[in-house]
Amino acid sequence: MLLITCPYCCTARPESEFRYSGEAHIARPLEPATVSDDDWAAFLYMRTNPKGLHAERWRHIHGCGRFFNALRNTVTDQILKTYPAGTPRPGLGAPAEGGR
Amino acid sequence: MAGLHRTNGGGRVDRTKRLSFTFDGKAYEGFAGDKLASALLANGVHLVGRSYKYHRPRGILSAGAEEPNALVTVDRGRGRTAPNLRATQVELYDGLVAESQNRWPSLAYDFGAVNSLFSPLLAAGFYYKTFMGPRLLGSNWAWHKIYEPLIRRAAGLGKAPSLPDPDRYANRFAHCDVLVIGAGPAGLAAALAAAEAGARVILCDEQAELGGSLLSEWSVEIDGVPASSWVDEAVRTLAASSRVTLLPRTQAFGYFAQNFVALAERLTDHLGNPDPAAPRERLWQVRAKEVVLATGAIERPIVFPDNDRPGIMLADAARTYVNRYGVRPGLRAVVIAACDSGYAAALDLHRAGTAVAMVIDPRANGDSGLAGSVRAAGIEVQIGATVTATRGSQRVSAVQIGRAGTEGRASTGEWVPCDHVVMAGGWTPSVHLFSQSRGKLAWSDDAQAFLPSAIAPGQAQRSAGACRGVFGVAAALDDGFAAGRAAVGREPLGRTFKVTHDITDFRGIAGSHGAGARGSKAFVDFQHDVTVRDLKLAAQEGFRAIEHVKRYTTTGMATDQGKTSNINALAIVADHLGKPIPEVGLTTFRQPYTPVTFGTIAGASRGDLFDPVRRTPCDAWAQAQGAMFEDVGAWKRAHYFPQAGEDMHTAVARECRTVRSAVGMFDASTLGKIEVVGPDAAEFLERLYINSFQKLGVGRCRYGVLLNEAGFIIDDGVIGRIAADRFHVTTTTGGAARVLHMMEDYAQTEFPDLKVWLTSTTEQWAVIAVQGPRARDVLAPLVDGVDIGATDFPHMSVKAGRICGVDARIFRVSFTGELGFEINVPADFGADVWEAVWREVQKHGGCAYGTESMHVLRAEKGFIIVGQETDGTVTPDDVGLGWATGKGKRDFVGMRSLSRPDMVRSGRKQLVGLLTADPKRVLEEGSQVVEGLRPPAGTPALGHVTSAYWSEALGRSIALALVADGRTRIGTRLNVPMPDGDVAVDVVTPVFLDPKGERLNG
Ligand SMILES: [Zn+2]
Repeated sequence: MLLITCPYCCTARPESEFRYSGEAHIARPLEPATVSDDDWAAFLYMRTNPKGLHAERWRHIHGCGRFFNALRNTVTDQILKTYPAGTPRPGLGAPAEGGR
Repeated sequence: MAGLHRTNGGGRVDRTKRLSFTFDGKAYEGFAGDKLASALLANGVHLVGRSYKYHRPRGILSAGAEEPNALVTVDRGRGRTAPNLRATQVELYDGLVAESQNRWPSLAYDFGAVNSLFSPLLAAGFYYKTFMGPRLLGSNWAWHKIYEPLIRRAAGLGKAPSLPDPDRYANRFAHCDVLVIGAGPAGLAAALAAAEAGARVILCDEQAELGGSLLSEWSVEIDGVPASSWVDEAVRTLAASSRVTLLPRTQAFGYFAQNFVALAERLTDHLGNPDPAAPRERLWQVRAKEVVLATGAIERPIVFPDNDRPGIMLADAARTYVNRYGVRPGLRAVVIAACDSGYAAALDLHRAGTAVAMVIDPRANGDSGLAGSVRAAGIEVQIGATVTATRGSQRVSAVQIGRAGTEGRASTGEWVPCDHVVMAGGWTPSVHLFSQSRGKLAWSDDAQAFLPSAIAPGQAQRSAGACRGVFGVAAALDDGFAAGRAAVGREPLGRTFKVTHDITDFRGIAGSHGAGARGSKAFVDFQHDVTVRDLKLAAQEGFRAIEHVKRYTTTGMATDQGKTSNINALAIVADHLGKPIPEVGLTTFRQPYTPVTFGTIAGASRGDLFDPVRRTPCDAWAQAQGAMFEDVGAWKRAHYFPQAGEDMHTAVARECRTVRSAVGMFDASTLGKIEVVGPDAAEFLERLYINSFQKLGVGRCRYGVLLNEAGFIIDDGVIGRIAADRFHVTTTTGGAARVLHMMEDYAQTEFPDLKVWLTSTTEQWAVIAVQGPRARDVLAPLVDGVDIGATDFPHMSVKAGRICGVDARIFRVSFTGELGFEINVPADFGADVWEAVWREVQKHGGCAYGTESMHVLRAEKGFIIVGQETDGTVTPDDVGLGWATGKGKRDFVGMRSLSRPDMVRSGRKQLVGLLTADPKRVLEEGSQVVEGLRPPAGTPALGHVTSAYWSEALGRSIALALVADGRTRIGTRLNVPMPDGDVAVDVVTPVFLDPKGERLNG
């Protein structure tokens, strides 16, 4: 069971308090009607699925209830950083959060 | 009973406490502190089991968790038989009842031993070659009728108990600064060092006594006292600290991410008369800041022909039985020593009074530092010799000594009579938990073993002592102490322990030694009966990767996971392929380290606690009425209310008739309910649902349809506007949590600009639906402060009022097509209001109805159920709900997807009604709909039946179906092929009753 640091509660909590919600930084187009079929299909279905660092959404569903983002290494399953929803993907210069 | 096989004194058994036990029905005695294995050996019993495949007689190989042979079933009473326990770990108690396994009719005369005669049939890959060919699969009667039952009977382990487990199991979470796994010299020293520094320490060990290998030492002294006394003092020191938790009888069996370690603690299995209320075992889930792995090492057998006869055991085991348990396994021993532990065993056996006939060292240059002492004791030592054959049917009686020659061939020589053979093949560091933690291993030529090299990211751990190749008591103590210091961030003190009589050479040899004569078998994996020949055959047949060899030969795949066999198997395969060992690779170590009971893993999650159950406020009433229930998600819902003599069909027919002719009441409390509040509540719902909400008047309701972004229906429900900034949203029973999660997602991440708050109110409201032409008459005397007349309270409206004096939200809605109301009252008043309504309903000849009638009544009206008429690929238009889409909306969740090419093409499946040509025939839900009669196999279906019922109102069967281009097929006849023949159906519009809605608006 992973330990995940909720960036709102600022504390590491067990994975069972959280719910995974897919890849992060896929914004819903502001004017969907103006989006082409191909672009809309990409928004709906195309994901990066990387081997390595993955920016992804989690929700502290059995805690504060809020959505946030995490950088997780899909090879080691290590969560290197968590940050609030709506903020840009950070670099990894700062000490890693969530894991040790 | 200080008989032939007990030493005169010493050891850690209590010779004043005699315990009686039975093995295969025969009575024996042992001492407190004995294991079942030591007590059996003390009684001269070596034959304890039959091997898995060949049913060969097997004895006790080891003295620990790695035991592959001595598997027994312990019977602790009804439902409490535990199979496949290692006799080397079973603690003796007075009255213990143990049975051997895998033998018939008896251990000594086992019918299955004839398997040995057919052993060429059972070689590596036998199953694959003989039975897995495509030619044979499914059609081979001989396999199904003869071979499989025979093999299943002949090859196997103990029998699982068939009664429910009456024991209780506990579960505990724990946190600590340092978790030390293993309480041998390294582990004890690590725990002492960490505890000294003030850390919170958990020290666990699978044995009843802490001390590990130190408990088996006789002459070793640590800091001036015997090892055994040093252990007692160390344990006293640790136990005295309030910050140290000592967990004996506790196996660390799984090591997961971020220092999360699972431990299984045995609490009562060692007791003759445990408190029946006490838990049998406890699962510990430990999150440790630091882990010290001090898991030690396991001795390897030496692979020589017929090395599996009872009486042949590991040197470490022989030392343990003699030194710790005061048991002489044999009277005349031959020792095969490829490292110091063999020489030490010879000295220990000699001291205890066993005649040691000979020590043979298979290493050409073998020259142990202990050889001099052994010779001085008058024991002959032969260097460069090996065992080429053994004799003895149920116990070894002699070994043949050969000179190790070139190419592993040995020239055969004299036969040496003996009843005990001790083998010391070298030691394999126990890297199982390290490897489970995803640490990387590297082959060490120096240690001739795989050792921990890189720790996985996210794990904070260190290995200490033999499990990282640091052998010997002194080195392990020093290494453990330094690891304990490091785990709490302290510099090593450079503390060294003064140890006498230590041994240091543990490397040994690996692989096969001496080819046997025809018909002999040199065993590598004792538990799965895998021989050198099997491994060579696999290599000859082209298997190169060790993972493939493992699966083909099944080596290392038994319940012991190859603890004694993996390195020998690897060395044999590497040798045959002419490759160095690290190039052949290592098989994966998996949890659990030793078998764990299902009880321990399940804990309290069984019976009523297996799955939580949700019950409505009206549940007790329904139970008292004799309702039948069905599970809907975690909810128990009243399915139907049978009266005396009624089956489900007649009860549902009566309930439907009563609703349509008079009135019925229905518990709708399970409906999901979300309070959506805020200045932007209407705008928020407008963006989520396909419908319009901005212009919905206060006090009015709308049937809302919710899509996902892909444009498919995922939920529906009535939404009422309670105030300008407040909506009462209902969802499907199963969709409540999902819808709230989705709403929160959009509110937080896509539309954070909207001022809206969401609260789940599902459990706050009890919901009583009153439906039928007399519904208003039922409620009229109960409500006050609210006009429920037709003019003032039309269909699809909501009012706040009181019923039976309780504040209520009263909806005028209908899921039956009749005049209907849904009364929402605070859940605490639900049962009382239900009773009051029930009294009125009875006055009007009404009834309570369940979910089955609810389904029939809505199907007669063509109302869909999300998840029944929809399956995640259905759009609003597909099920005829295009009308619900708000006019002129620019956007809502899923809207853009509805104009994608695939969504507007012809041929989409659309909701239609089906009427069977035979009105009495009720279709099967899920059956396929096709065009022609008697369709050949492979004919694509046009669609499928989603709902099918007997309609009491129409006096015939009805069905809903999703059919390709269904709406253009209305008026045509299709076919539903069934096993008993075709069923002709006419396609109709999906509204069977009152299409104009006159009853609804009454
Ligand atoms: Zn939180």
